[in-house]
Amino acid sequence: MKKKEDINKTLNNLFRQESGKMVAVLIKIFGTENIELAEDVVQDALISALETWKYRGMPENPKAWLYRTARNKAIDIIRRKKHSKTIDFSDPERKLLISEYTLATTMDNFWKEQHIQDDFLAMMYACCHPDISQENQITFILKSLCGFSTKEVARSFLVSEDTISKRLYRTKEYFRKHKIRPRIPFPEEINAKTAVVLRTIYLMFNEGYNSTHSDQLIRKDLISQALWLCKSLLDNKSTQTPEVYALMALMSFHAARVDSRVTEQGALIRLADQDRNSWNQELISLGSMYLNQAAFGKTLTTYHLEAAIAYQHCIASNYENTNWKEILTYYDLLLVIAYDPVVFLNRCLVMLELNGPDEALEAIKKIQNHKIISKYYLYHAILGEIHERLKASSKAVAYYQQAIQLTQSKPEKRLLKQKITNLNG
Amino acid sequence: MKEFLILIRGGQEKYQNSALKEMQKHMEDWQQWMGTLAKEETLVGGQPLMNEGATLTEGGKKITDRPFAEGKEIVGGYLLIKADSMDLATKIAKECPSFEFDCSLEIREISPLV
Repeated sequence: MKKKEDINKTLNNLFRQESGKMVAVLIKIFGTENIELAEDVVQDALISALETWKYRGMPENPKAWLYRTARNKAIDIIRRKKHSKTIDFSDPERKLLISEYTLATTMDNFWKEQHIQDDFLAMMYACCHPDISQENQITFILKSLCGFSTKEVARSFLVSEDTISKRLYRTKEYFRKHKIRPRIPFPEEINAKTAVVLRTIYLMFNEGYNSTHSDQLIRKDLISQALWLCKSLLDNKSTQTPEVYALMALMSFHAARVDSRVTEQGALIRLADQDRNSWNQELISLGSMYLNQAAFGKTLTTYHLEAAIAYQHCIASNYENTNWKEILTYYDLLLVIAYDPVVFLNRCLVMLELNGPDEALEAIKKIQNHKIISKYYLYHAILGEIHERLKASSKAVAYYQQAIQLTQSKPEKRLLKQKITNLNG
Repeated sequence: MKEFLILIRGGQEKYQNSALKEMQKHMEDWQQWMGTLAKEETLVGGQPLMNEGATLTEGGKKITDRPFAEGKEIVGGYLLIKADSMDLATKIAKECPSFEFDCSLEIREISPLV
């Protein structure tokens, strides 16, 4: 029986790593109006693998076997649909698929190693079209490019499978209607288009990192997929911009700490209380390497600064020894590049550590009239923290209670309640 | 713009007796040729044919289970192209990679009946 488990495991890993690339190549062959056809071929190839390997054992090169099978199935489909209107053969790239003189060679060209990675990236850019809503972008990327099942995507977002199917349908309709031709952006547009892709990757990462899912597997999956997508941008000369390196550094630093953030029961652990020995040193040094590589050119993005902040946290021997002064400088720069009231709130926390509660209170007062911020739990949680340091316990409790009212997150609520208990105790 | 049918005769034997590498090279050459024709929008279509076939003669009464001509004469494939004149069509046909395998080509203009 071990053999069968091996097959399943190999296939699962292969599927996660390769299905997105296979889908991207097949979409190029069939056109974006036939995404479902492309996905079906990949599914079919997977089923064939499962059936065949069960009887004949695993082939020497399972990946090559899977690609070969998908290629052969694509040829079958081309032959079958040659005279139907499903596939647009008037496209110059597809014209040679109709003749048997050139079908096999054309098909093999589509599957050449050096094109596959480009097609995959091109699909990523296509998915991140500004006309497609961000949640639809992530849904589609997870399902079609990361090999998630509908069920797994639904679990990632804590929504029903039905909702996911609808989102996928809408995205596919968009591709169909607009006959999108996926391509890697031209040099002059690479920064703007990559920014959208990176935002989506970071959102996917945060869905795993910040999310309060009890499902640890899904969280780790989201984090590793986000890292993987970002890495594939770094692996290509035309997409490896400083901003990509910066996000990769930032996510590596965060990912290094992911296990120490949450208890096994799903409770949040504050940075001050985290076990720094459990931080993943390998990811931290990888992150440092990426951060160095992010430093070429003149670009300074929010990812650069956030990564620099995360780096300072990673290298501090303990919470008290954190270089708050350096971190405050990064926050100041962040606010200059893109003012964001939530960043301002976090800056108040740094002020609290660096200059004490009085100055932090002065700082946070500056945004007390901000409509959204005054209803944001973190604002009240930080006020609670400041008043706790000022030894104004009853005020602190009141702020914490307000914060509990304003957050939906159970672990956050739990952490805040703990703080109240500590004060009352 | 006129249309021309290019009938490709013979060449199979030499092709089938050549090494795998040469066969692959030949397919690449075809890819190159047809790719150029497609890009120039000269190509309408074209397919290779199986060696097997049937021939009907005597008003359809006599059926022979092989192609009409065989050996060097057998039609092994066709191409349909667009060209302004027979001269230009001939020029295009001259580039056919199968000459290396001793094929012969026949170029015929598509005839408008009305």
